[in-house]
Amino acid sequence: MSSSPAAVGSEAPRAAPASGAAVWARGLTKRFGPVLALDHVSFDVAHGELFGFIGPDGGGKTTLFRLLVSLFTPDEGESRVLGLDPVADLWALRRQVGYMPARFSLYPDLTVLENLTFYASVFGTTVEREMATIEPIWRQIAPFSGRRADALSGGMKQKLALCCALVHSPGILFLDEPTTGVDAVSRKEFWDLLARLREGGLTILVSTPYMDEASRCDRVALVQRGRILRIDTPAAVSASYPRPLLSVRGADRLGMLAALRAHPHAASVWPFGATLHFTDDRAGADSAALATELAAWLAAKQLRADVAPIDASIEDAFIFEMNREAGAEAGRSAEAGAGRKAGAGTQ
Amino acid sequence: MTSQRDDSPALGTAHAIDATGLTRRFGSFTAVDNITFHVMPGEVFGFLGANGAGKTTAMRMLIGLLEPSAGQATVAGYSVATQSELIRRNIGYMSQRFSLYDDLTVRENIELYGGIYGLTDDEIAGRQDALLERLGLSAQRRTLVKSLPLGWKQQLAFSVALLHRPRIVFLDEPTGGVDPVTRRRFWEMIYETAATGTAVLVTTHYLDEAEYCDRLSIMVDGRIAAMGAPDDVKREAGVATLDELFLRLARPGTAA
Repeated sequence: MSSSPAAVGSEAPRAAPASGAAVWARGLTKRFGPVLALDHVSFDVAHGELFGFIGPDGGGKTTLFRLLVSLFTPDEGESRVLGLDPVADLWALRRQVGYMPARFSLYPDLTVLENLTFYASVFGTTVEREMATIEPIWRQIAPFSGRRADALSGGMKQKLALCCALVHSPGILFLDEPTTGVDAVSRKEFWDLLARLREGGLTILVSTPYMDEASRCDRVALVQRGRILRIDTPAAVSASYPRPLLSVRGADRLGMLAALRAHPHAASVWPFGATLHFTDDRAGADSAALATELAAWLAAKQLRADVAPIDASIEDAFIFEMNREAGAEAGRSAEAGAGRKAGAGTQ
Repeated sequence: MTSQRDDSPALGTAHAIDATGLTRRFGSFTAVDNITFHVMPGEVFGFLGANGAGKTTAMRMLIGLLEPSAGQATVAGYSVATQSELIRRNIGYMSQRFSLYDDLTVRENIELYGGIYGLTDDEIAGRQDALLERLGLSAQRRTLVKSLPLGWKQQLAFSVALLHRPRIVFLDEPTGGVDPVTRRRFWEMIYETAATGTAVLVTTHYLDEAEYCDRLSIMVDGRIAAMGAPDDVKREAGVATLDELFLRLARPGTAA
């Protein structure tokens, strides 16, 4: 197999599993026929950590979670979850893991309470006995306890699914895209719940395509096309953005985009909410001076804009890492053949 | 051009959408409660709201799939109450889930939709070439749609929804699940489309995308709770971000 230079930690020695980590993974690889879904992924998650896997669909997040909760076996690599091997110790592990799959399965014709009672009984416990664990979530769904699951709103279904994943008091929680398709308010409430569970000491691994959720995690892994591009705290990911970054705000967004992309030092230019983000290719240059320069350059084209240096968001960092990865890939692979002209490397 | 255009629009309105007091009840529940708004040609209009706020019901009325209980609306000049068939032929519609047929090739999808929209074979052939060229998908003509990456599928679905050059296109959460660069490319396609005079009505859960809209509305409990240009609605509410406004409107009790 390829040496996959971008897989963080792939060069780490395959030592005996570090006993201190809640999750330990080295070189995890999974293929489905010709598709390399997961490409030598390595990382550690500490006990009590809220750890996010951030990236688009098809990046390998779901495959990774299924490996870790013992639903798939890896083609290469190994892992430990709470010290247990998901391949060899699967039955012991399954009792300790709470898992909320991306398509969670609630019984639509059972009520909220019946669903919860069922999941508790599968693990040989009762809702009453586990109330201390599920209480913060239960409090929010209790008013609907007699309602059938299929009559719940998306946000409520999601909370019920979380409750079901927690009802056997697991030692670790895997949440696969729990907030996909849920509105911004429900997403925020869900993350507030996760923060409470984390305060209680629970280790939580969560995957999401929403970059703005990264800030709610202790550490994040940026995941794209089966690889981990980067692992760090959200603050460190933002702080280490390696080029000057400027926000540009003005009317005529389409004209402004074209003008900025024509700038001789434009590394990348993208819309970001109400502004455009301009990455200058002159690493280490003074951002304030560049802002003045860029504003003058736009003014010469009759475009009036406010230009200011800004800190990078996770999304800026993700785009930068994606481009770096795409560049590295273009360098190393003749194998992929002639790709698509414009969008190569970005799905 | 010989697509059927003989049925004249109901009103002489220049708006792509004109809704007045539009209402839909299901039994005793009012899903859409007396909403009034318009969308101009060439405008990108963000249609926002929490899950269950009534967006989908409103959208289904606007695309002629559901009859209003009260009020009226014209879309592309046609009445949603009496000309729903014409509306469906004169609008574009793309949703994340139900757009292209996975088991058909790129070309078959384009030909199928071209036929549904009443284009001639010559029109379909010409527009197909131009479309594939623009998307850089010419080599993928015979590829099954299901084997395309999600981002390409989304761009293709959007282009197919524009095949018959509608006056307005509805995009229902078009960018879910893709990487940030693909998401932005998609929005650049939206700008380019709007620049040709086509109106775009778009729903999204990404509030940064709401900032890309010329104007937006936020629905709460079936009503429009805020409407205007992003900067204006923020200023009026005295908030710094749409996130904050959205939270305040959707959960009045919890806002700081």
